Amino acid sequence: MGIVSPGFSGRRRTADLPPGQYLTDDFPVLSAGPTPRVRPEEWSFTITTETGREHRWTWREFRALPTERPTVDLHCVTRWSKLGTHWEGVSLDTLLAGVETTADHALAHSYGGYTTNMPLADLRDGKAWIAFRFDGEALAPEHGGPARLLVPHLYLWKSAKWVRGITLLTHDRPGFWESAGYHDYGDPWREQRYWGD
Amino acid sequence: MARAAVLGRLTWRVGEVRALREETPTARTLILHVPGWPGHQAGQHVDVRLTAPDGYTAVRSYSLANSLANAPDAERVELTVQRVPDGEVSPYLTRILAVGDPLEIRGPVGGWFVWRPDRPEPVQLVAGGSGVVPLMAMIRTHRAASSRAPMRLLYSVRDPEAALYREELADLAASEDGPEVTCVYTRAAPPGRSRAPGRIDADLLAAATWPPEAGPSCYVCGPTGFVERAADLLVAAGHEPARIRTERFGPSGGSR
Repeated sequence: MGIVSPGFSGRRRTADLPPGQYLTDDFPVLSAGPTPRVRPEEWSFTITTETGREHRWTWREFRALPTERPTVDLHCVTRWSKLGTHWEGVSLDTLLAGVETTADHALAHSYGGYTTNMPLADLRDGKAWIAFRFDGEALAPEHGGPARLLVPHLYLWKSAKWVRGITLLTHDRPGFWESAGYHDYGDPWREQRYWGD
Repeated sequence: MARAAVLGRLTWRVGEVRALREETPTARTLILHVPGWPGHQAGQHVDVRLTAPDGYTAVRSYSLANSLANAPDAERVELTVQRVPDGEVSPYLTRILAVGDPLEIRGPVGGWFVWRPDRPEPVQLVAGGSGVVPLMAMIRTHRAASSRAPMRLLYSVRDPEAALYREELADLAASEDGPEVTCVYTRAAPPGRSRAPGRIDADLLAAATWPPEAGPSCYVCGPTGFVERAADLLVAAGHEPARIRTERFGPSGGSR
């Protein structure tokens, strides 16, 4: 236990949240730069395998794929959590179904240059989506529209906004925040915020 | 985007409150002595942890306000805290915390929203409200390191009463070699101002910030709506998105 702060009583959590998180009802925005404005007609999504093979979807092709409507909790490393959010997107299982790979790692890329890494296993088995709708509405640009990666079991910086592709790798390659002091994996329930956590 | 700073493992340290400075009716600067402090760069922040007698803890992030460039005391940490109505941590820090109290912090955190005084290119700082805190650390570093990089600050704030670091910024604006400072007001301007209170716009940006041809690095910090608007305006004016670094905070997602 830390040293007691004289005169501090604090508020107790009411919901079951990961350690160090607090509940919010709004949807804060955190990004490292200006919000890219990408029109659906110029958007595409590419999975590149470790052999360099590319699997590419235009917006029209992407939107023709079967979709899912996950309801998930979001946990941001800046300590807010938002519970029971409603999304619509294409499961990574669907996108990876025709992709031949022996890679163990993935690096997501975004319009604007952002990157974030995760084990490929964390994108499979119903755990991740390319989401294009939030709360029944087209995903707003400041929240990553037209489409973002959604990997809700990891801290939200892993859910890359304005996603444009995923590169499959045989070795781990740290992304943008992972190179700037933030944890490589980022499990909120183990409170993996920074390097060494 | 370029990779930035390297950080080691972050451990909690116990600082002591050496002094408190009231900046506005709702904001206060905490001046701490933190034994073993590893140092920090302008733009970085720290986590502050409060612990109740039963072990309950609450942690929030706050921007570092002071510069350690050529500082006599390398273990000095200054945080400026804006009181958030109905907040859990900021009311304690701005009202209850007293000189001599211990305060746990860990950091510094953040390797992206950072300015280093060895950078030669012009710097454009754009602040909304308490978003001026990490930018003030950059201004103080600029001065302490005698940087020759041309620096400008555009500071948008509700009214003169709400402005942080008012006197220090006025002194800077009056000095020959200091950064150029433009304060604008969204609700109420001081008497004699030609510009009516209002949100920042393209005309203001054209008049008070570096043009894109000057090739400035831009740092924008403030509430989400302000940063969205300011960053969009900078991009529309022709600034390269990759040269615009932002830090946003929302009503409750934010921390400061």
